Amino acid sequence: MDLTFSDSDLSFRKEVVSFLDNEYPTDIKEKQDKRIPLEKEEIIRWQKILHNKGWFAINWPTEFSGYKELSVTEKYILQEELAKANTPTTIPFGMGMCAPVIYSFGTEDQKEKHLPSILNSDIWWCQGYSEPGSGSDLASLKTKAELVDDKYIVNGTKTWTTLAQHADWIFCLVRTETTPIKQEGISFLLIDMSTPGIEVKPIITIDGSHEVNMVYLDNVEVPKENLIGEEGQGWNIAKFLLAHERSGIAGIAALKRELKRLKELSSEIPLGEGSLLEDSQFRSKIEETEIELTATEFTELRTLAAMSQGGSPGAESSILKIKGTELQQTISELFVEMLGYYAHPFYLENEIGSNETVGPDYAAPVMPHYLNYRKVSIYGGSNEIQRNVISKAILGL
Amino acid sequence: MDFTFNEEQTMIQDQVEQFIQKEYDWETRQELSNSDLGFGANNWKIFAELGWLGIAISEDNGGFGGSSIETMLIMEEFGKGLVVEPFLETIVMSSGLLDQYGTDEQKSEVIGSVISGEMHLALAYAEPQSRFNLSDVVTEAKVDGRNFVINGFKSVVMNGPSANKFIISARTSGKQLDKKGISLFLVDSDVTGLTRTDYKTVDGRKASDLNLENVSVPSESLIGSLDEGFNILDESIDRSILAISAEAVGAMEVLYKTTVEYTKTREQFGTPIGKFQVLQHRMVDMFMEYEQCKSLLYMATMKNEEGAPDAKKAISGLKYQVGKAGKFVGQQAVQLHGGMGVTDELNVGHYFKRLTTIGTIFGNADFHLKQYTSL
Repeated sequence: MDLTFSDSDLSFRKEVVSFLDNEYPTDIKEKQDKRIPLEKEEIIRWQKILHNKGWFAINWPTEFSGYKELSVTEKYILQEELAKANTPTTIPFGMGMCAPVIYSFGTEDQKEKHLPSILNSDIWWCQGYSEPGSGSDLASLKTKAELVDDKYIVNGTKTWTTLAQHADWIFCLVRTETTPIKQEGISFLLIDMSTPGIEVKPIITIDGSHEVNMVYLDNVEVPKENLIGEEGQGWNIAKFLLAHERSGIAGIAALKRELKRLKELSSEIPLGEGSLLEDSQFRSKIEETEIELTATEFTELRTLAAMSQGGSPGAESSILKIKGTELQQTISELFVEMLGYYAHPFYLENEIGSNETVGPDYAAPVMPHYLNYRKVSIYGGSNEIQRNVISKAILGL
Repeated sequence: MDFTFNEEQTMIQDQVEQFIQKEYDWETRQELSNSDLGFGANNWKIFAELGWLGIAISEDNGGFGGSSIETMLIMEEFGKGLVVEPFLETIVMSSGLLDQYGTDEQKSEVIGSVISGEMHLALAYAEPQSRFNLSDVVTEAKVDGRNFVINGFKSVVMNGPSANKFIISARTSGKQLDKKGISLFLVDSDVTGLTRTDYKTVDGRKASDLNLENVSVPSESLIGSLDEGFNILDESIDRSILAISAEAVGAMEVLYKTTVEYTKTREQFGTPIGKFQVLQHRMVDMFMEYEQCKSLLYMATMKNEEGAPDAKKAISGLKYQVGKAGKFVGQQAVQLHGGMGVTDELNVGHYFKRLTTIGTIFGNADFHLKQYTSL
């Protein structure tokens, strides 16, 4: 047992800090600090900066990324410093989700075609999993892909597709066969979003933002070589993907930053003759959250340590998903509570950061964030489903 | 002990219920909320014609002399329809206060026009530093000959954009947190020196921030006695807590029922999700929270009506429960609706948003727990 960082870890941290001092663009930083939503171009610009330093696709095998391998501790330090500086969250669909599938199951041609453009952030991906009738029960999906000569003809509807309005490609789970066991007829297909027959319609969420979409596929022709792995292997690939990307799943580093910010801001909110932070009720909520956050951080570290010694990650990721999302929601709720009445004035995305807002200058994005984050206990396998996973896989119930 | 309503009360309840069912479908509500005015001018006329606007005003002043039971019934039905018309702001928060404490001149100038639906009011009590403390008042009114000159700032004044007159709390003596030394003024919205910043609020309603710079009002604008405005304000906020809690109870009823219906029809894993025990228990908890709120609502409303010595404590207990339950019921209704729950299209998210603001308005759960302890 040892909680201290080695000298080389400490010097790595210095390297990250000085990289951020020099390379984090001030225009992006300013928007991030004001919680103004970024444009696609700004996210791409930042991802390219990270990539040039070899700190973007840090979980890829180095043969595909061309990076210098980072240790588990270095990855932890990197993520912590990136979050501390409030750098933009990288978009996971290409780099974190589709790419691991391609380098694990794809052909040489597929790797050569897709990996470099993902690494460079030149091609944006979105994820075609959920359907209107298939949420928690993902395997019941109905989008059909029929092989006619050398093409699949795809018909169906995908929903909750994040950032589909900006995406160049979509990776989809499709049904290639009707089988008695529904999981066995599912395949993993890559589709170019510019193919005729694809229509993207926005879904506006309760925070007034346009983040998710419906994607309609009407006789979309997809070349046979866009199939990943074998027909019917899609469900196993999807399961691999769910178990694969666990590093940072709980978003601990960002939560630590937000909790610290909450303390700072609430110490500036007057309450009678003191501050809100000095109020015993508010204070104890912050401290309870901090304890839960520390516990989750060390649960994650234990999981990562076990993995680095060859342990296979299992249902532990479900613990991190549940605890991480609960913390995200609690902290977003405490921000709302902190603001009192000034959480109520409501502005749309494009108004946030303008001079027209009232109340403290950080107030406008707080309520939309709280509302938007009701999604985190629903998406990526709802927290009810995650508890089912734990009860079955860990407790053996 | 009797929890039944009398004939007149039942009639009002039915009338409001029918109005919501016939005239206030979801699309209409959204259209009204998104309009420039933010509510239905025609609906307001209907409220006036049906006598709802004067229901709780004393007969001496031209009202119907009803009790807070009638207000409770109206607000509960409004909660079910997620009504955006500013009944709470103009009627409950403001005109009730004038009915009791206004001068004859103020009453004749205002109350008749309010009952007939021609005038809107707003109560400006919160300030940037005050949070939920009604006696934390920095805005200042100084005597200047026959006039008062008001300087200061009022935050998140609900119904501000539509108000013809504001009731403004200002300090006429004492220190920032003193209860004594606060006075209330009836001020025209177009008075020189008053600048409004209007905005939408997250619950689909409208509010304003008010900047007051050398606003000069005649001494007849004072409501009640000089320096003694706190109790008037406090009583009005207590009535408003009862009203907004009734609204919350109505909203919670819709949410738990809608969620139960949804889980009966939404199928996953080949079965309606309402068959899963974990969700059944969650919905039972939502239902029980609603029932508990309703119980405290009835209790506190009756205590306040009777003028019971522990009425204030009962009201804080109610608001605490409404804050806690409203959050739980709202969040779980969204959760159990899955992705649909976070869409703007479905009404569930909008009920959740209103319950969220209700949780804060007039003091959140923490604030009222503390009040409860101190009383």
